[in-house]
Parts: sequence; C-alpha cells; structure tokens
Amino acid sequence: MSQKSEKLIDKKGLRLDGRKPDQLRPIKIEVAILANADGSAYIQQGKNKILAAVYGPKEAHPKHLSLPDRTRLRCRYHMAPFSVQERKSPAPSRRERELSKVIRESLEPSIFLEYYPRTSIDIFIEVLQADGGTRCASITAASLALADAGIPMRDLVAACAAGKIDDTIVLDLMDTEDKKGGADVPVALMSNLNAITLLQMDGTLSLKEFEKAVNLALKGCMKIYALQKEALKAKYMNVKEAAKE
Amino acid sequence: MSSIVVRVKKKQIEQLIAKGKRLDGRGLTDYREIQIEQGVVERAEGSARVLLGKTEVLAGIKIEVGTPYSDTPNEGVLTVNAELVPLASPTFEPGPPSENAIELARVVDRGIRESKAIDLEKLCIKPGKKVFIVFVDVYVLNHDGNLIDASALAALAALLNTKMFNYELEEDDVKIKPGRKPLPIRKHPIAITCAKINGKLVVDPWLEEEQIMDARLTMTTDDDGNICAIQKGGSGWFTSKQVLETAKIAKEKAKELRKKLVKA
Repeated sequence: MSQKSEKLIDKKGLRLDGRKPDQLRPIKIEVAILANADGSAYIQQGKNKILAAVYGPKEAHPKHLSLPDRTRLRCRYHMAPFSVQERKSPAPSRRERELSKVIRESLEPSIFLEYYPRTSIDIFIEVLQADGGTRCASITAASLALADAGIPMRDLVAACAAGKIDDTIVLDLMDTEDKKGGADVPVALMSNLNAITLLQMDGTLSLKEFEKAVNLALKGCMKIYALQKEALKAKYMNVKEAAKE
Repeated sequence: MSSIVVRVKKKQIEQLIAKGKRLDGRGLTDYREIQIEQGVVERAEGSARVLLGKTEVLAGIKIEVGTPYSDTPNEGVLTVNAELVPLASPTFEPGPPSENAIELARVVDRGIRESKAIDLEKLCIKPGKKVFIVFVDVYVLNHDGNLIDASALAALAALLNTKMFNYELEEDDVKIKPGRKPLPIRKHPIAITCAKINGKLVVDPWLEEEQIMDARLTMTTDDDGNICAIQKGGSGWFTSKQVLETAKIAKEKAKELRKKLVKA
C-alpha cells in the first residue's frame, strides 16, 4: 500500500490539494432533495458526491423479515458505475456489501428502533462520484436523511476518517492519500453521547499513532456534526419562507 | 438473532459480568482454550484446524498460477473467502455468501494484507504476466461465537503450514518441479475481539454472549504490536476510552496467541 515514491506532504506541511494535516475538505450538505423519498440528503465532500434516501417506517416486506419488538433497519450502499476511474460493474461487490452492513450498524444505535415494531426502514445510498472516504460521507448523509424522514433519533451520526500519510496523522483522506498512505481509520460518532458507532482501520499504526488518529477523526466528526445541524436548520428555514409566501 | 432462551439468560450474564465473572467460568479477559492442528487436509497446499472452545474452523490454502492486478504487476495475489457451512449452526443457510460471511472473509483478509504477512513480491513469476494466487478458504465447522478470531488464527496457521511447489519457466509456461518450500511469511497478524456487554468489555465472546452483546470490536496486531486492522460490528457503540482499552487488551492477548501458534 505505501509507496514512498511520491511525496504526499510538501515542505510547507501541506497536502496534495493544499490542505493542512487537520483540515477537512470543503463540505456542502443539502437536506430534503428527493421528492419521492420520506427523507433524503445530498453531500459533497471534496470530489465525493453522494445521495442518501430513506423510505419508512413502512410495512416490512417480505413479511417474514419483520421483527416483533422493533423495526428492521436495512441499508444499501451502492456505487454508480461511472463514480470511479475504471467503470465499476453495477452488481453489488463484496466491498459494497460489507460497507452496507457497517453503515447500517453505525446508524442503528442512533434510532429508537423499538418505536416501530414489525416495520422496516430502508436506507439507500448512491455514490455518484467517489474520491476516498465515501463510507463516512455516506453515514453523514444517511443520518440526515433519517432525521429528514422524521424518525426519532438519539443524535445525528457524523463520520470522518483520519489516517497516516508520510508519517503524519492527517484528517479526511482523499482517494490518492488513502491508496498511497500508511493507514486509514474511519470513525462515526454521536457527539452528544460520546458514542463511537463505526470504527474500522487498515494499514499499520502504533498504539500511539492510533490514539492520535482516533482523536483527530473525532474532532473531524464534531466539525461535520455542526454542518449537519446547519443543513437541517436550512431545510426548515426554507419551509418557513415558503409558508410566508 | 438472539433466541428466547438467551434473552432469558441476558440478565444473568450481565449480572455476572458486572461482578467480573462469566457464565462459562472465565474471567473478563480470559480466552477460551485453543487447539491448533496443522496439515489436516493433504490435498491442500496448506491447512489448519482451530478449536476455540467449541468453535471450530478449518482453513485450507490452494495456490494457482494467474495474472496479477494491473496496479501491482510485481506482486502475487491474495484471496480470502469464508463459508458459513450450514452444518455448523442452525442459523446458517446454504446459498450465496451472506453479509456475515463476506464481513468475516474481509476482516481476515484485511489482517493478513495490511500487516503484509505474506511477501507477495516473492510470488511473482513474470512481472505483469504471471504470478501465484494464494486462495485462503475459511470453513466454519461449528459456530460457538467469535468466528473472526478463530478464522484469522486458522488462516494464519494454514499459511504457515503451506508448501509452495518449485517451478521453472519454460517459454512462458510454468513447469512444476519436484520439491516444495514454505510460503514467504514475514508477520503473524492476530485478531482479538472484545464484546461490549452492559458497559463492560469481555474478550473472546462465545455464542450466548454474542447474542446479547451491544457491539463487538476486533483489532488485529502484528509482531511489533502495531495495529493493522480494526472492525467494529453490532448495533451498539463504544466510547473512545473503551476503544483504547480494547487496543491494549488486543496487543497483550495477541502476544499469548502468537506464542501458541509458533509452538504449534
């Protein structure tokens, strides 16, 4: 994974796209952008462009999947064939199936599942363009889509990765940094509860570096959490304006 | 997932854990008894059977000649697959791999790949054209919890047991010669899983603990104590303090397991 031929951090300590080590990529979030979905959100994080939609709670289908004491949360993370350099087959890959699972498990703790027994809530995530850190951006968007659908939640889930490139711990890796860097640690957080709902890692980190990376990622999550709240508020401001007219 | 019997036991399991004890008599950071047996399938290039308490996993290695990935023309290819064989548990069903089987395979894969356990460059026959492909197939034979740790251990034990065939290149054709040599293994990545039950961490959860746990956290560490793979699973959460505690436990426990493996 780590090929040291190309420098990922220049002499001034800046990264390939001019960011400082602890700087996030520019983020744009919009809520309620799909008419048919019960809830939806769109996120741009650097070159990542991701749509998330929520349908439900609705009657579980097929019926045998329904749970007697809570809703069944289902999640599909999917990448568009044109979202990456070389065309990706639209059939779900093993990576996408694993990510669907970990994304679902990162959002489940935030929802009061027991409020809607025998139903299902479906989350659909479509990555339109990928540039590293799509699982985290997907979680950030999907959590907003859930909130937009009016589903009772303990907190919003915000996600962000940290990692190591050229022996420096950095925030929010883009694709080149992820591929050529030494490690990638995606983290999802419910800020008000100090609850980490997603934690993965690949690469090599010492215990100290890992601690540093997790703490940096958590800081990133909190910044993104603020952006999430703004995006939700913006939606209701729009509703208010529309009501005036 | 959890059966009614286990739901009834939930309170009992939690109360015991609050006192630092467990239903099967272990302490919170005790591992179950481990048995490793290598070379159990002669047809495979390498194999190992691991017993972790009553959890039983068989890993087999097959090696074939194939083409490398375009972005790593000088490296052999590692492929990990896991089968949750229906005979291993009433909850496993035949058919295409489930989400759980895919996650299991990918976590085992991540540990071996990211620790660079196999020197893949030594598996290159002709750059960009021909390389060896190492197939690691994990077969779960009895499910009694903590499949990740058992599978990772079985996979590594099987890799250590693997004998590559000797070969020579004859005008682009790989000709197999007599004699065999071991795979170039550089690191011994060991996966350790902790479950969070009622706010406490327990190492190596068995089936009933898995069925009532809030969440699990697996950390794979290499011989130098570096972390090389992590996976959180389950629909609960961890605090950052619990994450760091797990990292420390994983590092210590991995040392114990590595000793057992090298002895085997």
